[in-house]
Amino acid sequence: MYDMNRVENAVGQDEIKISARNVQVWYGETHAIKDVDVDILDKTVTAFIGPSGCGKSTFLRCINRMNDSIPSARIEGEIRLDGEDIYDRSIDPVQLRARVGMVFQKPNPFPKSIYDNVSYGPRIHGLARNRAELDEIVERSLRDAALWNEVKDRLQEPGTGLSGGQQQRLCIARAIATSPEMLLMDEPCSALDPIATGQVEELIDHLRQDFSVVIVTHSMQQAARVSQKTAFFHLGSLVEYGETDEIFTKPQDPRTESYISGRIG
Amino acid sequence: MTEQTTGSPTRNHDWNSEQFRKNLARRRRGEIVLRGFGLAAIGLAFLMLAILLWTLISGGAQAFRQTHVAIEVPISAELVDPANPADGNYRTVMRDAMQTTFPDADPSELRALAGILSNAAQFVVRDRVVDDPSLIGQTVRINVPTSDPYDQLNKGNVDIDSDEALRRLDDTDIAAFKQLQDEGRITLPINWALLTNADSRFPELAGLKGAIIGSAYALLVCFLISFPLGIGAAIYLEEFAPKNKLSDVIEVNINNLAAVPSVVFGLLALAVFLGWFGMPRSAPFVGGLTLSLMTLPTIIIATRAALKAVPPSIREAALGVGASKQQVVFGHVLPLAMPGILTGTIIGLAQALGETAPLLLIGMNAFVTAAPSSPFDAATALPTQIFIWADSPERGFVARTSAAILVLLGFLVMMNAIAIYLRSRFERRW
Repeated sequence: MYDMNRVENAVGQDEIKISARNVQVWYGETHAIKDVDVDILDKTVTAFIGPSGCGKSTFLRCINRMNDSIPSARIEGEIRLDGEDIYDRSIDPVQLRARVGMVFQKPNPFPKSIYDNVSYGPRIHGLARNRAELDEIVERSLRDAALWNEVKDRLQEPGTGLSGGQQQRLCIARAIATSPEMLLMDEPCSALDPIATGQVEELIDHLRQDFSVVIVTHSMQQAARVSQKTAFFHLGSLVEYGETDEIFTKPQDPRTESYISGRIG
Repeated sequence: MTEQTTGSPTRNHDWNSEQFRKNLARRRRGEIVLRGFGLAAIGLAFLMLAILLWTLISGGAQAFRQTHVAIEVPISAELVDPANPADGNYRTVMRDAMQTTFPDADPSELRALAGILSNAAQFVVRDRVVDDPSLIGQTVRINVPTSDPYDQLNKGNVDIDSDEALRRLDDTDIAAFKQLQDEGRITLPINWALLTNADSRFPELAGLKGAIIGSAYALLVCFLISFPLGIGAAIYLEEFAPKNKLSDVIEVNINNLAAVPSVVFGLLALAVFLGWFGMPRSAPFVGGLTLSLMTLPTIIIATRAALKAVPPSIREAALGVGASKQQVVFGHVLPLAMPGILTGTIIGLAQALGETAPLLLIGMNAFVTAAPSSPFDAATALPTQIFIWADSPERGFVARTSAAILVLLGFLVMMNAIAIYLRSRFERRW
């Protein structure tokens, strides 16, 4: 559907959403992220690519402080969301995660109804004053996630009964129901079949009209298809970051070139 | 191990060669032997269970019926005051009853006939009159239990051809009983008294009511203490506690506590609950406290296992939309873990129901002839009642011991059935 009006693969806005400086992450003794500096733009899809274990997921999880729940993880440096340090004491990770939504590798709907899945976030953050408002948020989120037409007649059925691709779109609907400013996606298509992957990719392209989207992916084709900016991670360092077209056609760093031509990874 | 041929291993294997076929045959044999052992083990277990149940049922079945004899009881207003029927002169009532029932018997025969009735027959009559005071002034036919030797005789447990001197009943007693049988006065109804009476010195009257209520009170107290405490402790340890040396020590100790012999908990309860706190002896409340000491580690371990089994993706999903730790635990993890927690709890309570040793130490093996009306009254529990009856010399208690074990097993099977039902009812897939 969205294929028709796919936005040109160009960066629409230059407003910086996330600015990371000198970010270091340790898991116990392991130095997982080294000196990462990156500026992620608003209303843009940014792809993180790199071989397994290169730290791209770890860095993604720093942006909404999901690493906080890992006792051995230690984070240094500075990550600013709209100029605000997200690791500042005054920032509550619980609220941060409502502003920075996340979609995981494996579709993980709650074993509750479709409606409850989507309304959970708005409910716990008190975003709706009454049932009608909640209904509206649920419908809008499901429409934005391109799932409304498929589930509008069975909102009370369990979300776990949907197909894999539908489940993942349900998780996207759940993530955008709190009206986040950013959406982080950790390999959102790796558990999906090609058709469902196509649907989710169209959806991502559509979502960037409203959000800044960061997507971690193993598939370079996917990065090339959906993103405007690409960051290549290798062994915990950010090797190269730039326009997707340029990364894939004229990589500056020999490691990037080796990776995209299939020699490392 | 097979003999390895010398030389370097070759790449061209002849899968049909003697060596490979032998190897295959040996592996198959191993498989068959393993399966055979498994089947044998299960068969043996079933055999043992069958023997146990057969012994209990064949020994205990008789206790589910009780011989009764019908007598005519004239209840005169002179002996029983209608205003206060509980305080009547029932001893005399019973003597009159014998006279009315057997008008032709002389005094010595009457005394022998009186032996057929349970010593507690007068209390049976009294309870009837208390329930229905309009009987006063009438002559009523009442079924009263026979005493134990006649009960055994009626159930065919007395060899009437054996030496008269070695029997409790001589030939005249047996002849008198035969006559009653011929008159149609002897019946063998279902022995509801086994469930509705409390303990008694007389086996024909002894029942499990006190023990069942005592056990129920003790389990209730045990549940009310160990369920919230156990879940709370497990949630804290599993979800909130920092993982360090201290939490490791606590974890190891909880696992050890689950393996401590129950008699040790009994001694602890004796010293602490009865000794220091001066709680009442033989009370189901203290029994429940003691049992909760044992159930608590079981519930903590089961709850932690159930919490661990909730997939991390659910926690991440909830954290990802901005749920706080507490919202994640109580809104998502705990409901998903509930079937496992409930199963573990019921298994723990079923264990507690069958526990004897700690209850003996806090005096729940007392001889109590009234059912407890509160958890603080002296009472027995089912296992301790079995213990008491197994110790009693009267013939009637032998069958009652087996019957009590069957009742206890019945309750255990019921609890396990509830556990299975809850597990299948609330189990959710993700």
